[in-house]
Amino acid sequence: MLTYLQVFLVGGLFCVIGQILINTTKMTSARILVIFLMAGVFLETIGLYQYIESFGKAGATVPIIGFGSALAKGAIKGTLENGFLGAITAGYEAVSAGLAGVIFLAFVIGLICKSKTK
Amino acid sequence: MKDNTIFFNKKIYIEETASTVAKKEGEGPLRDYFDNVIEDDRLGQKSYELAEIKMHTATLQLLMNKAKIKQNQVDCVFCGDLMDEIVGCNFTMKNYEIPFMGIYNACATYGEGLILGGISIESGLMNRVICSTSSHFSTAERQYRFPLELGNQRTPLSQWTVTGVGATLLSTNKNRVRMDCATVGRVVDYGVKDANDMGGAMAPAVRETLLSHFKGTGRTPEYYDLILTGDLGNAGSKILKILMREDNYELEGIHNDCGSLIFNAKAQKMEQGGSGAGCSSSVFNGYIYKKMLGERYKKVLLIPTGALLSKTSALQSQSIPAIAHAVSFILEEND
Repeated sequence: MLTYLQVFLVGGLFCVIGQILINTTKMTSARILVIFLMAGVFLETIGLYQYIESFGKAGATVPIIGFGSALAKGAIKGTLENGFLGAITAGYEAVSAGLAGVIFLAFVIGLICKSKTK
Repeated sequence: MKDNTIFFNKKIYIEETASTVAKKEGEGPLRDYFDNVIEDDRLGQKSYELAEIKMHTATLQLLMNKAKIKQNQVDCVFCGDLMDEIVGCNFTMKNYEIPFMGIYNACATYGEGLILGGISIESGLMNRVICSTSSHFSTAERQYRFPLELGNQRTPLSQWTVTGVGATLLSTNKNRVRMDCATVGRVVDYGVKDANDMGGAMAPAVRETLLSHFKGTGRTPEYYDLILTGDLGNAGSKILKILMREDNYELEGIHNDCGSLIFNAKAQKMEQGGSGAGCSSSVFNGYIYKKMLGERYKKVLLIPTGALLSKTSALQSQSIPAIAHAVSFILEEND
């Protein structure tokens, strides 16, 4: 039960920050998305994201900020193992499953479903 | 032409009107005034673009049916929409054999159409013309923002593109509502860059046109029962009133806005109101025209407003130039 609450708190907090950005700034959704991604990369690089992740679990890994941290984590590991080449390739390797899965799912959903005006 | 204002010396009347809107507009306060409210805004078509074309085609047919005329009795159609290359109108007019003049002034297109139609009849070279515009929420979203499939969040300040068509049949056949004069707008740019603040970008253009109109006609706001802008929205309308006060013109109590009228701001969560090329035309041809016939308004100044940006100009961080055309309608007495 407590786990659900932690997940909800962390994931929800990220969404609130996103909503505040939508409401108070003129940023497009693409810009907000990139800011979250970079935040994830940054927090992982300085070693802070692991604490957010251990507390928030899926609430920290599912949103785009978690994607940024996974990207950074993979890139750092790859660099330590394979040098320059590792820096370029290992980041993508770490997120490849999620990325491929999402693109495939979006394709399938796009085939099946029709959009509707809100 | 003095002060950008033209007077129609020929008596040019609205012979008939037609308006079609979709479900959301049909749930708004003006629902009983539109000729047609469509349940499914895809109209059973494969794409929203085809749906908008079908809606526009059907509305033109409805207009001619209401007027009891055939298409060979119409000299020309002046129409535009918000799609690239006004492809909506191009494909709509594919279904008719009427001469076609496609026009574009963003959401001010309806005003441009009325003025061009009026000039054509005034010249004596045409007798009967149709002026119409269309817009569709989903085609506008795909083009100017993002396709619906992205599931993007709307900002609270954004206006809702009206899904609707408004069409007017103008001729010299005696009728009750006459188009007596018009002021052709010019492009005004106060440097607004925010695409979410169209009202702020367009209000200065309305100010310019109103100042020219009052100077050219010698009229004041009080001459009219209603000064109706196209889609300044709630915020833009406030800005307009402030701007006009600086020139000693008070619009309070006389001004309203098609975008503000078409939706219930609170109940439908449309804080900034509606917009789109079809907004001014559907509200005018549906609601205002009927109100004029019912003598609720006897003198109306319609001012469709347009934000003349493109996706490219926005991406290149250009400011948003705007334009507003003013068209005056008078109710003639029954004789």
